[in-house]
Amino acid sequence: MGSATSELPSSRTPLRDTAENGLKIVVVGGFGVGKTTLVRSVSEIRPLNTEEVMTQAGAGVDKMPESSGKNTTTVAFDFGRISLNDRLVLYLFGAPGQKRFWFLWDRLFAGTLGAVVLVDTRRMDESWYAIDRLEHHGTPFVVAVNRFDDAARHSLEDIRTALALPDHVPLIDCDARVRSSGKDVLITLVDHLHHLARERELTA
Amino acid sequence: MRRPVDVGDPDRLYTVTGGRSRSDGSSFDLVTLIVAECEPAVGQQSEHRRILELCRHPTAVVELAAELSLPITVVRILLEDLLATGRITPRHPRVAAAAALPDSALLTEVLHGLRNL
Ligand SMILES: Nc1nc2c(ncn2[C@@H]2O[C@H](COP(=O)(O)OP(=O)(O)OP(=O)(O)O)[C@@H](O)[C@H]2O)c(=O)[nH]1
Ligand SMILES: [Mg+2]
Repeated sequence: MGSATSELPSSRTPLRDTAENGLKIVVVGGFGVGKTTLVRSVSEIRPLNTEEVMTQAGAGVDKMPESSGKNTTTVAFDFGRISLNDRLVLYLFGAPGQKRFWFLWDRLFAGTLGAVVLVDTRRMDESWYAIDRLEHHGTPFVVAVNRFDDAARHSLEDIRTALALPDHVPLIDCDARVRSSGKDVLITLVDHLHHLARERELTA
Repeated sequence: MRRPVDVGDPDRLYTVTGGRSRSDGSSFDLVTLIVAECEPAVGQQSEHRRILELCRHPTAVVELAAELSLPITVVRILLEDLLATGRITPRHPRVAAAAALPDSALLTEVLHGLRNL
């Protein structure tokens, strides 16, 4: 299969043939907050980058650049993946939290288990918008503070207050560069989701 | 890491999709896993051949987009062609289908998977 096959990056690791159910978790946060670093530290593949083209006018409309001119905008995001068992594969998306991105939320991230809001305490204001949008979309989330070495050590309590974060939303420290820390962030999120699911099921 | 996909060449996208600009009623989620039902064949469009090669093992829509350096919209259109002619089988995510939230049994499985990492 000549040329086409030789384009395959040799590092590509296929999924198991039994893989059948893809799950999504989204990591949102401002520019340079450590999204790609977090995805990389827990992913079984090197993070890949992709993008979606959209019109500003409405999220449901697909338009190609040639037909829509300056109305299109492109949102890029990266992702990694974790094979959880023979059947389940978790995809982790690192996505920008800026305004134009949220037009795409329903098209790309409907059905997401939940989200991690990654916070840099030096630029906390950028997290507000992401938290507001996730609440609006009804997506459960946790907040992880990515501690940069040169940042002042605000306590989690102070950060919770600054973000006006309700008590029931988990807030944790992390170091996105460290695999075990990234893993703890994901476990905190899924624990939270599990708790919410149990509550729902018991009152149903 | 790879550079973001270059969509600066509308001609290429136009060619790839046969000029179609919508994927009407597309049911391909980002994490729908695609499995090829046949080998790529001579005479097929090169993007279709690439997809069939990559999908010898289950491959998520988003991974196809990244590997082909094409926007997700375009990949969905290509996948519809292949689905219509029976060349692929999609394994759709079973969370997204239900508008509701995932049940606790599934989340328990996810937790086990993560703890075992
Ligand atoms: N000290 C420290 N540096 C970090 C940490 N996490 C990420 N960095 C560094 O911060 C920089 C930005 O991290 P990225 O992971 O690229 O951030 P990002 O959110 O993906 O950035 P964009 O995609 O450009 O918005 C990189 O140089 C990382 O090495 C951390 O926990 N501590
Ligand atoms: Mg990044």
